[in-house]
Amino acid sequence: MDQDKIRNFSIIAHIDHGKSTLADRILQLTDTVADRDMKEQLLDSMELERERGITIKAQAVRVLWKGHQLNLIDTPGHVDFTYEVSRSLQACEGALLVVDAAQGIEAQTLANAYLAIENNLEIVPVVNKIDLPQADPDGAAAEVADLIGDDADNVLRISAKTGLGVEAVLDAIVERIPAPDGEAEAPARALIFDSSYDQYRGVVAFVRVVDGRFETRDALRAMAQGTRFEAEELGFLTPVRRPVKTLEAGEVGYVITGLKDVSKLRAGDTLTAEKRPAAEPVPGYKEVKPMVFAGLFPTDSDEYPELRDALERLKLNDGALFYEPETSQALGFGFRCGFLGLLHMEIVRERLEREFDLDLIVTAPTVAYRAQARPGGDWIEVHNPADMPNELEAVEEPFIKSSIIVPKEYVGAVMELCNERRGSFDHMEYLSEERVHLVYELPLGEIVLDFYDQLKSRTRGYASFDYDMAGFRPGHLVRVDVLVAGEPVDALSLIIHREFAYERGKLLVERLRKEIPRQFFDVAIQAAIGARIIARETVKAKRKDVLAKCYGGDISRKRKLLEKQKKGKKRMKQVGGVEVPQEAFLAVLNLDERK
Amino acid sequence: MTGAHHLYVHLPFCAHRCGYCDFVTVVGWDHHHGAYVDALLTELELERDLLGGVETVFLGGGTPTVTEPAALARLLAGLPHAGETTIEANPETVTPDLAALLREHGVNRVSLGAQSFQPHLLEMLERRARPEDVRAAVWTLREAGFDNVSLDLIYGIPGQSAADLERDLDEAIALEPEHLSCYELEAKPGTRFTHAHGEELERQADAMEDYFERVVEVLTGAGYRWYETANFCRADDARDLRAHHNLGYWLGRDYLGIGVGAVSTVAGARWRNAPSLPRYLAAVQGGERPQRELEPLDGATQARERILLGLRLDEPLPLAGLGAALDHDALARLTRQGLVAAAHDTLALTRRGRFLGGGVTADLLV
Repeated sequence: MDQDKIRNFSIIAHIDHGKSTLADRILQLTDTVADRDMKEQLLDSMELERERGITIKAQAVRVLWKGHQLNLIDTPGHVDFTYEVSRSLQACEGALLVVDAAQGIEAQTLANAYLAIENNLEIVPVVNKIDLPQADPDGAAAEVADLIGDDADNVLRISAKTGLGVEAVLDAIVERIPAPDGEAEAPARALIFDSSYDQYRGVVAFVRVVDGRFETRDALRAMAQGTRFEAEELGFLTPVRRPVKTLEAGEVGYVITGLKDVSKLRAGDTLTAEKRPAAEPVPGYKEVKPMVFAGLFPTDSDEYPELRDALERLKLNDGALFYEPETSQALGFGFRCGFLGLLHMEIVRERLEREFDLDLIVTAPTVAYRAQARPGGDWIEVHNPADMPNELEAVEEPFIKSSIIVPKEYVGAVMELCNERRGSFDHMEYLSEERVHLVYELPLGEIVLDFYDQLKSRTRGYASFDYDMAGFRPGHLVRVDVLVAGEPVDALSLIIHREFAYERGKLLVERLRKEIPRQFFDVAIQAAIGARIIARETVKAKRKDVLAKCYGGDISRKRKLLEKQKKGKKRMKQVGGVEVPQEAFLAVLNLDERK
Repeated sequence: MTGAHHLYVHLPFCAHRCGYCDFVTVVGWDHHHGAYVDALLTELELERDLLGGVETVFLGGGTPTVTEPAALARLLAGLPHAGETTIEANPETVTPDLAALLREHGVNRVSLGAQSFQPHLLEMLERRARPEDVRAAVWTLREAGFDNVSLDLIYGIPGQSAADLERDLDEAIALEPEHLSCYELEAKPGTRFTHAHGEELERQADAMEDYFERVVEVLTGAGYRWYETANFCRADDARDLRAHHNLGYWLGRDYLGIGVGAVSTVAGARWRNAPSLPRYLAAVQGGERPQRELEPLDGATQARERILLGLRLDEPLPLAGLGAALDHDALARLTRQGLVAAAHDTLALTRRGRFLGGGVTADLLV
C-alpha cells in the first residue's frame, strides 16, 4: 500500500486507564472483529494478562478506516519493559496518550509519554472514562495538555466503554499522525519490536518495515545478532494471522522464521534481506540484561525436572528471562533466575505456579552487583549473594532514576521513604496544584524487597511509580551470612549496605530462632560479615521429649506417632547437623517480603 | 514359649467419667455388672488356647473397683492364678470390705489412681477422691495385708505450681508405696479436658521440662528406681517391685486382653475388641467372639516396637534381630551426642537420652 495511506500508532496508558477497552472498540468500529467474536480485550492474549489488567507481550493489529491502513502496535504496560516499550514506539509515528478522567496522569504514563516524545512521535491526547460520575475531564485534559505542550481543546474526550468519541479518535489518527516516510526502493530494513514462539512454526517476529520490501522465501539476517533464516511466511494480524506475499516500507506485520530460540531475535534488532543487505541497522538496539535475581526452588524436590521443563518453555516466549541451575544446601536443587524487574519476576513466578502447577520457594530477590576482588583485578558480575567474594576491593550496585507522582500532602512521606532507602533527590515539579512529580535516584537493591509496598502504604495507594536504569555506582556493601550451628545457610545470605547490616542481621537471626525447632543440643544462630559475628541467638536444647505412657492398649498409636515423627525428620534439611524444617526458611524469606 | 503369659481384663465401669480420660469407660450401667462379668468369663473360655502359663493378670479400667462386689468376686474366682495379679482402684472405692475381697481372691497388687494430693488439682481433674481418701486407701490396703501398692500421680495439671508438685511428691513418698507411676497430663484429642484446657497445656509445655526432671530427681533421691520412662519402684534387694504385667508389654511379650475395647497381641497379630458395650455383650452372650479390629504386625514392625518399648526401660535392650530396624547413621550421631550408649549387642539410652527418649527413639528407627 502507498505509504501515504498508512498510519502506525501505539496506545500509551496507565494500567486500568482503558487501553485494552479502547483497542477493542477500535477493532469493532472498523469491522475487524465481528461483535460475536469479540472476546473482551482481545489484545491481551494470556489469561494472566487479562487478570492483572496488563499487557506483557506486544502485538500488532491492522485495521482499515476510511481507506487508510492503521496499524495498532500494542506496548507492554509496565516499568520492567521500558526497553520493549521504546522499541514498540520506535515502530510508530504517533501515539494515543490515554488518561483516565478521574485519575489523571500517573508516573508510568509520564515515563512512556516522555519515551514517545523522545522518539519524535506525534501524540494524540485522549481523556477516557468521561462517563464516570467522578470524572474530571477538564482537569485531566489540562494535565495532559500541559505535559505535551498542546492546547487543552485538542484533547479528545471519550468513553471507550460506551464507544462515545471513538470514531473521532480514528479520524484524529488519520489526520494528525504522519504517514511513514521510508525509502521504498532502498535495501530492505525492518525493525523487530517483538517476537513470540509458535510451537508448530517456531519464532514469529513482529516487525515494522522501515525501507524497501520483504518477500516470502527471502533469506534474512538479523543485523545485530547475526541470526540467519528464511522468511517462511509474511503477513499481518487482524488479529488472526493473514499471510501476504510481501511486506513493504511503512507496513507492520509478522515474519515466521522457523527458528527454535526466541532469544535469537531480540526486540530492537534489524532484519535485512541477504540478496541486497542494508548497510546500517535501524539505530537503538541494545541487549537487555536482567537486573533482578532470585532463586526458584520447587517446594517438593521431586518437582525439579518439571520446573526445568517449565522454565524452558517460558523462555521460548520470553527472551529476557534468564536462568541457570543453582544448588542450595538449604533448599535443594533449583534455578537462579534473572528478570528485567520485579513485575517480570512476579509474572514468571505466577505463570510457573498457575500454568505449570508448580509449588515454588522464591528466595529474597537481589540485584546484579559488580565486584572487584583485588585492586586492578577483573570485575565480576554477582547474581547470588552467596557468590559474593568475602574480601572485596570494590563493589558496585545498580541505580535507578525513579519517577514518583503523589498528591502534595504525601511529598514528605515519600521523601522520608526515599531517604531511608539511600535515595538522592534529583528534582521535583508540580504537575498541577495538587500533584507533585518527584525524581529520586535510588539503589535498585533498596527497591527490590518492598519499596513499592511501602510507597503504596505510606501514600494510601495514591503514589504511582516508575523507574529507569541509571547505571552502576560504587557502594559500601557487605555480605551478611546467616549461620546455623556455625554453618552458613546459603539461601539466607544477603548483600546490604554496611549501615543496615547489623539491624538486618539481628532481625534475621531472631526470626530464624523462632522458626527452628529445639534440638537435642543448643543451636547457635548467628549473623556474620566475613568472620565477624554481628548478631547471635540460641535455640535452647530440648530437655524433655517423651511419650508419657505406653501400655498394651496404645502401642500401635505410639509406634505410628514415632514413625510419623521420623518421616517428618527425613523431610527436614540438615544444616550444620541441625534439622531445620523447610518452612523455617520459607517463613524467614516471606517475612522479609512483608516487613 | 507357647501362648501368652500375660492377661489383661478390662472393666469399663466408672462412677463418673473424668474430663481428661480417653479410655473405654461407661457410666450408669450398674445393673449390667453381672452380665458383663459373665461375658468376660465366656470370652476367656473362647480364647483359652491362646494362653500359656499365666504369669500376670491385670484388671484395668474404667474403675474396676466400682464393679459390684459379688460380680467382681465371681470374676476374680474365674481368672487364672498368677504370680502377680494387679487391680486398678480409685482411692474413694477402697473400703476394708473391698480390700478383704481382693485379698481373698488372689489380688496381690493394687494400683491406686491418686493423681494428686491437692484439693484444687483433684477438682480440676474431676476426681472424686479427696487427699485424705488417698491416704486412707493406702492404710486400708496395708491393714488388709497388701505389700505391693502403686500410686499414680499426674503432673502438669493446669494451675499446678512447682511447689504443688513438690508437695505431691513428698506426700506420695511419705506413704511409702512400692511403686509409682508419674504421668504428664496429656491433652488427648476429643476429650472435654482438651477442649477446656488445651491451650493452657500448650502454654505450660516448657515448664513441664522442669517438672519431669524434678519428678525423676526427687523420686530417685528417695530411693526409687527409675526403671521405665514414667515408672518408679522401690529398690528392694529381696523383691523385684517393677510392674511385671507392664514389663511384659515393654519387653515385647505376647498378651491377651479380654473385655470391651481390650487389645491383644499374640503371635505377630494384634487385635482390638470393638469399644461398644452393648455389642460386646450381645456377641459374647451368643457365644461369638466380639467384633475386632485386626492389625497384622510384620517382622519389621515388631522390631520397631521392640526398640520403642525396650528403650523405655533402664536395662539395655538386646539388639539381636533388630539391626535392620535401626538407623545406624542416627545411632552414631546420637552416640556422639551422648544420648545413646551402645555396646556390641545391646543398646541403652543415657540418663539425658532417657529424658529425650521419644525423639531419640524416632531418630533411631529406620
